[in-house]
Amino acid sequence: MKEPKQLSVSAIQNGTVIDHVPAKNLFKVIQILGLDKIENQITFGTNLESKKLGRKAIIKISGVFFEDEDINRIALVAPDAKLNIIKDYEVVEKKVVEVPDIIVGIAKCMNPKCITNFEPVTTRFKVVSKKNVSLKCHYCEKITDQENLEII
Amino acid sequence: MKNRSLVSIDDFSTEEILRILDLTEEFEKQPTQKLLEGKVIATLFFEPSTRTRLSFESAISRLGGKIVGFSDALNSSVSKGETLNDTILTVNNYCDLIVMRHPIEGSARYASEIASVPVINAGDGANQHPTQTLLDLYSIRKTQGTLDNLNIFMVGDLKYGRTVHSLMMAMSRWNTTFNFISPEELRMPDEFKLYLDNLGLKYYEHNDFTDIISRADIIYMTRVQKERFSDPIEYEKVKNVYVLRNSMLKNTKPNMKILHPLPRVNEIHQDVDSNPKAYYFEQALNGVYTRQAIVCSLLGIK
Repeated sequence: MKEPKQLSVSAIQNGTVIDHVPAKNLFKVIQILGLDKIENQITFGTNLESKKLGRKAIIKISGVFFEDEDINRIALVAPDAKLNIIKDYEVVEKKVVEVPDIIVGIAKCMNPKCITNFEPVTTRFKVVSKKNVSLKCHYCEKITDQENLEII
Repeated sequence: MKNRSLVSIDDFSTEEILRILDLTEEFEKQPTQKLLEGKVIATLFFEPSTRTRLSFESAISRLGGKIVGFSDALNSSVSKGETLNDTILTVNNYCDLIVMRHPIEGSARYASEIASVPVINAGDGANQHPTQTLLDLYSIRKTQGTLDNLNIFMVGDLKYGRTVHSLMMAMSRWNTTFNFISPEELRMPDEFKLYLDNLGLKYYEHNDFTDIISRADIIYMTRVQKERFSDPIEYEKVKNVYVLRNSMLKNTKPNMKILHPLPRVNEIHQDVDSNPKAYYFEQALNGVYTRQAIVCSLLGIK
């Protein structure tokens, strides 16, 4: 049977497409970017086939253009994400995410004796390694590595 | 340094550390002054630490300051379930500076961000205890005449020992050579060795120190605690290896001094106490002057 060539998530006229999101982290990306709290049209597809990720998700947000600083916040959950900035159905710019130097909120400190796990303190980390992400807690000064990274 | 907090030794630049040490020297010459008259200092000890608390309270009292606070969380509103946030926001209305000891790591940094007055960390779990580090630095500089190019022996529990980690990090600013002497299970963690590697500083690891003790300028002893061992047989094997006895000190350098953060149990035999190279009780006294210097700097009085 011949398959019809069509997009699994329909195109947007103006806005941002976030591609190559690991399927299991789709909702974390939505949460980190606050997409569940905005009025704009958003379409997404998940568990799409991807050679690189196995299963990927794609998000298309109409009428929203992110600052680098904001978009980099998803680097912990979607390090390979690629952004296409769309104007008038054309890709006008491509971006990749970069792990920021400081991570506020988002991640949980793995030290069970850290104050951030006892009181409602916003977590804060200095990124000491970007490749194999390694975070140093601003409060207890202990390291949380990629393996033990948990998103709040 | 006015209105700054002291949470971690890294909060202070080398210049600032040296300024504190110079000031400590002044307080050692004249420990009783009326500098803190009219000031109220809160000592909040969420876990007991008699030694540290008494040292702070002695330091403050000798300068005419008044102290409010508690020595145990059981006697405070914490036992009623109050958050640290609320305790700090309340107490900072009552005082000019907060000294805080807390079992949870990072609590002091958090308190310093909430409080409108300076906070001194008097120990936050296994994390930091910067006034101990500063008094250690003072004791080293006083006995050696310098902090540069010294050979420091750290003995005992180097894995969990908060004081040795902070002192090692601080001394790495002065081209120090380190000798780490510990049982296999309690070795200096890799992250600290990596830190020294990156600075190009020399360090050596040993299981025993009887043969090399003659090279030491400072021997910093710590307690090897039984509960740190997963295998009790391992503890039995090593418990007497890390005990310093007077007979071991024969060939040591004339300038060599023995330091210990105290309390000591059996890791320094009592027969060492009368040796002039034993310095741990003077070290504790230096803690009072160092804390006077820190409190007065943060209040902008000195």
